[in-house]
Amino acid sequence: MPLNDYTIVIGLEVHAELMTKSKLFCGCSTSFGSEANSQVCPRCLGLPGTLPVLNKKAVEYAVKAGLAFDCDISKYSKFDRKNYFYPDLSKAYQISQFDQPICGKGHVEFYVGGEKKVVGINRIHLEEEAGKSVHSGATISDSEFSLEDYNRCGIPLIEIVSEPDMRSPEEARIYMETLRNILRYVAVSDCKMEEGSLRCDANISLMPKGATKYGTRTEIKNMNSFRAVQKALEYEALRHAKILDRGEKIVQETRTWDDIAGITASMRSKEEAHDYRYFPEPDLVPIVLTDEFIDDIKNGLPELPVAKFHRYVDEYELPEYDAELITADKDLAEYFEAVIANYKDYKAVSNWLMGEFMRLVNEQSVEISEIKVKPEDLAMMFTLQEKGVISSKIAKTVFEEMFHSGKDPETIVKEKGLVQISDASEIEKIVLDVIEKNPGPVAQYLDGKERVLGFLVGQVMKLSKGKANPQMANDYLRAALAKMVKN
Amino acid sequence: MEILNRSALELRDLLDKREISSRDIVEAYIKRIEAVEPRVNSFVTLTLEEALKDADRADEMIKNNTQTVLTGIPIALKDNMSTYHVKTTCCSKMLENYLPPFDATVVKLVKEAGMPILGKTNMDEFAMGSSTETSYFGPTKNPWNLDYVPGGSSGGSAASVAARETPFSLGSDTGGSIRQPAAFNGIVGIKPTYGLVSRYGVLPFASSLDQVGPFARNVADSAALLSVLAKHDSLETTSLKGPRPDYLNALGRDIKGLKVGVPKEFFIDGLNKEIEAAVKKALDALKALGAEIIDICLPHSDKALATYYLVATAECSSNMARFDGVRFGHRSENVKDSVTMFKHSRAEGFGPEVKRRIMLGTYALSAGYYDAYYLKALKVRRLIKEDFDQAFSQVDVIVTPTTPSTAFKFGEKVQDPVSMYLSDVFTTTANLAGIPALSMPAGLSSNNLPIGVQIFAPRLGEEIMLNAAFALEKALGSIGLPTLEV
Ligand SMILES: [Zn+2]
Repeated sequence: MPLNDYTIVIGLEVHAELMTKSKLFCGCSTSFGSEANSQVCPRCLGLPGTLPVLNKKAVEYAVKAGLAFDCDISKYSKFDRKNYFYPDLSKAYQISQFDQPICGKGHVEFYVGGEKKVVGINRIHLEEEAGKSVHSGATISDSEFSLEDYNRCGIPLIEIVSEPDMRSPEEARIYMETLRNILRYVAVSDCKMEEGSLRCDANISLMPKGATKYGTRTEIKNMNSFRAVQKALEYEALRHAKILDRGEKIVQETRTWDDIAGITASMRSKEEAHDYRYFPEPDLVPIVLTDEFIDDIKNGLPELPVAKFHRYVDEYELPEYDAELITADKDLAEYFEAVIANYKDYKAVSNWLMGEFMRLVNEQSVEISEIKVKPEDLAMMFTLQEKGVISSKIAKTVFEEMFHSGKDPETIVKEKGLVQISDASEIEKIVLDVIEKNPGPVAQYLDGKERVLGFLVGQVMKLSKGKANPQMANDYLRAALAKMVKN
Repeated sequence: MEILNRSALELRDLLDKREISSRDIVEAYIKRIEAVEPRVNSFVTLTLEEALKDADRADEMIKNNTQTVLTGIPIALKDNMSTYHVKTTCCSKMLENYLPPFDATVVKLVKEAGMPILGKTNMDEFAMGSSTETSYFGPTKNPWNLDYVPGGSSGGSAASVAARETPFSLGSDTGGSIRQPAAFNGIVGIKPTYGLVSRYGVLPFASSLDQVGPFARNVADSAALLSVLAKHDSLETTSLKGPRPDYLNALGRDIKGLKVGVPKEFFIDGLNKEIEAAVKKALDALKALGAEIIDICLPHSDKALATYYLVATAECSSNMARFDGVRFGHRSENVKDSVTMFKHSRAEGFGPEVKRRIMLGTYALSAGYYDAYYLKALKVRRLIKEDFDQAFSQVDVIVTPTTPSTAFKFGEKVQDPVSMYLSDVFTTTANLAGIPALSMPAGLSSNNLPIGVQIFAPRLGEEIMLNAAFALEKALGSIGLPTLEV
């Protein structure tokens, strides 16, 4: 059977590091990229006798994330120990939440090829990060030694467990991107996959179209980009289909994605799976939340992408395409809203942001939050254009200068003498000059070849160094040429 | 000898009258330690030079009138309490050379109180044992009779007080580890309400049961030391909030009308007759003081030991996992990769009793066994708590024997773990229920070994418990302390 005779069933477990200033159970800094083992203390190193004290901010962030996904918030939840040995796990157990997580069921909405998709969230729980092993060789097996860096150990994480609601690798990727967008919106995680602050494991199974009973699943780990999530799942779906087509059975196991080879490989079988021996963490009291605490967080939530999308379409009359693109990124949406506070042609602003603006952002690979152009300056640029002070062509030049120097458009126009020529006598002079210098094209025009006009307008713009008001250049050329016909 | 025979509160008086100095006291105890320590082996690390410096600082405080009730009175610490840059071994090969980079909160409190620290005391390895025989550094002897065990796991702490090597020591009690050695050594030992005293920096055995408490020669001294220790600790979320009373103020109140519960479940067949008689005598003494003796039921008491050994070993298996040779403690020479490092370091570093408990606990938490063992134990633990709630709705305190027998001989039980575990049969319920309990001397057996009587009180009932003990102590009179003369 070809792959599309099967229904693909995918569920994701997404880990996002919370961007609290300090770790989940001690006061150590969480900043990224510091010298190895410079952000550690007896507690996160797991020295015997030390005890965890819960970071209240992390609880707030986890609840915030839960509310952003419409999850039920548990007024009572508790921590459990997940026991396993690994050198980067300083206590040899991870403090996590097993059967009473902080957030229960919720959901996420997104669009796939114009179709609305809703994926259920099963739960969100709070837990701590492990450290990092650094091997002397390229892989563990050819390393002489390994070193441990515990800077990351104890950073708060949330694990967002989806229902098995995704039906294609593409949906899984978009789901993951949507989670990132929302988590960034509510400012609980910076969600940088390349720094590992956003990670995911995927469960995938296939069943014949129309069937209701899920097939045997495999779990995929080590997908380090959004693209890798989709690629790995596409590979794995096809692998399942081929096995099932041969009449064989899928082996329930954990597999790892090799991004370079583009394949998944077996990591451990079900029999080798860890028995984590979860039990209630005796060193922490349960988390008990009041309605007031939850309501305060709820009231402080920013407008979320879905709500923004609808508002952009209804209030600003933006096309859905524009609205989705701009609202997907919180920084871009905030920027858009700051510009339109001072300039009301919403579509013109949206076009500019999706065009010139994003072109330079991508070209220079800068974050939107770091851009030098003040939104009110961009609004001023539009105003100058509307008033005819600069042409649309000049606007691009002005914007590029704004982008690089951060100067306001009026200063740039003044400094570079970019003011549009709208003086009739000056334009007339240039027009006559162009007619004189281009007898050939002028003759062609007079012979009835109207399209030569464009060339002649171009010449006027060129001679004026782009500053001539294009509409006036056009009008005056036509008038001058018409006079020649009469003569 | 004069100083050694004084109680801590008598020494306080002499210090405040400037009749003696803290240095005098510490020097007297150093002499005593030098004389008897080779026979008793209470300590695994002595910090005598530092103690003399502590004494001078205490004398300075007294000179400046900034002393508190125990300033200048020395103390010994069980070797599972983290001490800054002083070896904290838990009497295990695993931590033979471990130097903590911080002080446990109780150590900080003792230092702030101006108490000179004489050293770290011997214990069963990682507090797992009831005789101090599982110590990597060899056993402590019972000062009453050197052929007998001092009990455990805080055997060194108890013996050091009984041998008058120190007026005070700290122990930790997970299932009786303060009260059983207190009984065996004829002194007072308190296991406070869970959360009353900080656990931060105390190496855990079973986190939901462990509690630090004092050893002293008499009830008043122990109340004074408990007042130093009982403070809320922001480093521990299970630490109870709010202020604590000065327990000395609770002593000396009339106990007329005090309702004393006696649970029939504790007077079992295996109970030593002399102990039974001593407890009865204690009850008679209380009655004579006007207390009302009431028979009560604690119906799940016979399940306490099994419940305790499931909960304690389960938590222990997880608490002991961090000793993997990576960051601190023993690392095997025989290492090929991380897995062999874990296996060999742990195999070499832990003694047999620790290994036994790790295995028991791992089993109890394993998939397929969790519900039948660990979860069931938690349910019974709740029932035991409810037993006490029920009992304390009728009575103020409960009086029982501390142990089913007096101290036993070396080697008698160490080869038979179950008979060793049975010596905790009367003490584990207090830990499971989180309530306070103490053991105090109730007489001597015919072979001149101390007998302990145990008093339970409801959660945070330390004041009523100590007042009852104080009254009983007065009525029974002192059994004295062994001289250890050669
Ligand atoms: Zn830390």
